[in-house]
Amino acid sequence: MAELFGSRIARLEDPALLRGVARYVDDISLPGMLHAAFVRSPFGHARIGSVDASAALALEGVHAVYAMDDIRPHLVNERLVVGLPSPSYRQNRDRPALADGEVVYVGEPVAVVVADSRYLAEDAAALVDVEYDPLPAVADCRAALEDGAPPVHLDAKHNLLAEFDMGFGDVAAAFARAPHVFRESIWIHRGGSHSIECRGGVAAYEAAEDLITYRVSTQMPHSALRTICEMLGRDENQLRVVAPEIGGGFGPKLVVYPEDVTLCIATMKLGRPVKWIEDRREHFVATTQERDQYWEVEIAVDGEAKILGIRGAMIHDHGAYTARGVNLAYNSGESLGLAYNVPAYALNIRLALTNKMPVTPVRGAGHPQATFTMERLMDRVGRELGIDRAEVRRRNLIPGADMPYEKPLKTRGGMGVLLDSGDYPACQQSVMDRLGWADFAARQDAARAEGRYIGIGLGNYVKGTGRGPFEAVTVRIGPSGRIHVYTGGVAIGQGTRTMLATLVADQLGGDMANITVTAGDTATISLGIGTSNSRLAVQAGSTAHAAAIKVREKALKVAAHMLEASEDDLEIVGSEIRVKGVTDMKVTLSQVANAVAGTPGYALPGGIEPGMEAEEHLVLDVMPYASGTAGAVVEVDAETGAVRILEYALGHDSGRIINPLIVDGQVLGGTAHGIGNALYEWMGYDADANPVTTNLAEYLLVGAAEMPNVQILHHESPSPLNPIGVKGVGECGVVPAPSAIISAIEDALTPFGVRLAGTPVTPAQIVAAIRAAPAGG
Amino acid sequence: MGETRKIALTVNGKRYAEEVEVRMHLGDFLRQQLGLTGTHLGCEHGVCGACTVLVDGVSARSCLMLAVQADGRELLTVEGIAPNEEELHPLQEAFRDNHGLQCGFCTPGMLTTLIEFLGDNPDPTEREVREAISGNLCRCTGYQGIVAAALDAAQRLKALKQA
Repeated sequence: MAELFGSRIARLEDPALLRGVARYVDDISLPGMLHAAFVRSPFGHARIGSVDASAALALEGVHAVYAMDDIRPHLVNERLVVGLPSPSYRQNRDRPALADGEVVYVGEPVAVVVADSRYLAEDAAALVDVEYDPLPAVADCRAALEDGAPPVHLDAKHNLLAEFDMGFGDVAAAFARAPHVFRESIWIHRGGSHSIECRGGVAAYEAAEDLITYRVSTQMPHSALRTICEMLGRDENQLRVVAPEIGGGFGPKLVVYPEDVTLCIATMKLGRPVKWIEDRREHFVATTQERDQYWEVEIAVDGEAKILGIRGAMIHDHGAYTARGVNLAYNSGESLGLAYNVPAYALNIRLALTNKMPVTPVRGAGHPQATFTMERLMDRVGRELGIDRAEVRRRNLIPGADMPYEKPLKTRGGMGVLLDSGDYPACQQSVMDRLGWADFAARQDAARAEGRYIGIGLGNYVKGTGRGPFEAVTVRIGPSGRIHVYTGGVAIGQGTRTMLATLVADQLGGDMANITVTAGDTATISLGIGTSNSRLAVQAGSTAHAAAIKVREKALKVAAHMLEASEDDLEIVGSEIRVKGVTDMKVTLSQVANAVAGTPGYALPGGIEPGMEAEEHLVLDVMPYASGTAGAVVEVDAETGAVRILEYALGHDSGRIINPLIVDGQVLGGTAHGIGNALYEWMGYDADANPVTTNLAEYLLVGAAEMPNVQILHHESPSPLNPIGVKGVGECGVVPAPSAIISAIEDALTPFGVRLAGTPVTPAQIVAAIRAAPAGG
Repeated sequence: MGETRKIALTVNGKRYAEEVEVRMHLGDFLRQQLGLTGTHLGCEHGVCGACTVLVDGVSARSCLMLAVQADGRELLTVEGIAPNEEELHPLQEAFRDNHGLQCGFCTPGMLTTLIEFLGDNPDPTEREVREAISGNLCRCTGYQGIVAAALDAAQRLKALKQA
């Protein structure tokens, strides 16, 4: 039987999605369901006085308006406590269930209105009269840390949320003996996630069972269950959290939100299901983002451009509360220069509170920022020493022969950082060859002779994927003979069901159509971590593989007993287990499952344990590191500042590939997001912390017309860290894109001497940079 | 409930006579009143294109049109694209084979937009496809699979016509 692993298999998910019959959270309608709208802060910072709901409640069809004082009696714990510990916190800023005496960012939920329809709920929300006493707000994360900055929270003495240092080696000595030291000031902006489906939830309380069922567009239902139960003081069997079809996640859907807790309380108080669906304008002020980092970094190199050391400081915009942890800034610090031999490294990281939406991971989670910073340094070294930029990189990249390569760093959970496999220089070379790096100067000269400015750029990255410790998977052959797979991971568009069905089918008969995958329902599996950090293929995939092998072994044992044959002579084909070469000696998967379902008073066949199933929680603590090189060729219009990407290639290594169709899709989608980060996406706030980009005409997502045809060059270095040799892929494309594109723009504008040190770069900024450059227009 | 009006329209070949609130937009009407939840709302300000439906064969943002404006019109939504319960439309087949969808949320708008486009331009270039879907945002695919699917679908539809 041909192995399905590695085949370009069309996805199981697609038919329902293409017919429009898949059920996303907003497609769920329950009898008696009411609709919620939230009253949100219009101020970056204000004291809240009274909340007068009388006019809203007077509207016909309005059932309730709840502010913090109304839901407080239902809360054992009033704050959403996040799960990521760190010794570096200087203050605790967990989010309240609803604003409590103070609002600290525009969009912070103050009250919920529940009505017969969403239209009515919005009418009523506009009538809720909240007394605000505006306070000074701080929008810039650098300003937030200055002496005398207005406090983001009334009770705060300062705005430093956390501070820590990372590094290794003797940095002072490295810099003292270095013939060359170069300094860069870099700003990296990342925007929101902007999954095309916004957030939303439907909470339904059934008094007879004392059970809340909460269907929510989340990446982490088990974590949502724990947080909500803890806040409401409910047992874990009194809440079921279900992730229905999810219209994209990209990070922010991994945390639990004030709206989630409020909806669960509202359904209990009203005894009816309550639905809230975030609209896009809300998404800009109600869903977490990633935003700004400012880096001041120095690199020390020898005369041959070999890195001697890197040091510096970084300030990270944390937003007004801790919605996840110090993880983004930590990831950035951990991943700076990961692809290269760096003998000494020291970075001071400060996380600044600002009166803005809290931050959480957005696809890439801190890695694009560090990669951009490092790649800017590489370009700088090349320019200063007169050495080709690619050659500078090649001399410093960790060679394939040195793998596995241990970096003297720890992950946030204290695990070692082991670059497990890959040939980074070969990957870079493949991209250079594809884009004609060696001959590019001639092409560039010819273009310049025609008055056109073209440029080429590279970006190398290494990305930790598959974060542990585990993902739970159950594989079960039911009495019908159908194979059911359950996981705590969530399918958010990345083909999880197909991926798991492929791995299970390879062990259990090869018929993917006979497999149903249920992802993200806490009622079906007791443990689960969920979807983040490019983790499901590594964690859930490896575990599904292990569980399917256990079920296979058990099925063969039972079949051998039933057929009076040796297990070694049996094979599973489709829904049958048969004796190889003897077509009529067979039992079905259904018969095998029924044989171990148990009959009262009778022994199980072969003394085997009951049930044709296995639940596994493979513990995979050490992360596999995906890697690659992006290369871009751009043309810049020096008059308008418009950038067109002429060619784009991504050399990419995420270990063994389970399904090339899906891996290509992940890489391409990530690349589009990265191109958006490089050229278009900017979540703006004014000096008073008012958001100024609150619709998709002001905040630009990359469209089909702007996207180049991306050439993907696969490299497959199996990871030794898991049984199927895979690494994660979901975030990979996004990480190196801004590095390659900004480098290419700068290269195109070499005649002007333009220097770029941030993202995104807009046409107006390019025109301004050309005018300000030494040889500017 | 606010002011209402009676409308009659055809959606996916089926006739409906409904009383609608005058302020309800067409997307909400299709989803909430007719239960056709395949049409998705991604921004409700006319930019993302997820809610695109065909009104008398012409693409329209159902979030920017009131339900009452659909009175007397013939609509096609994503649920009406496949010929039957067993088979998919060639465009849907091409989307599946070329991985033209991931989370599927923008897909209904992509499909309706491309049905109109391929009707007008049965043999498009890649550039023309990219322009045609430039008003539809997708956050998952990077568009490459969608473009490939549209070009593939054009070939499939041409082959069907010739057969």
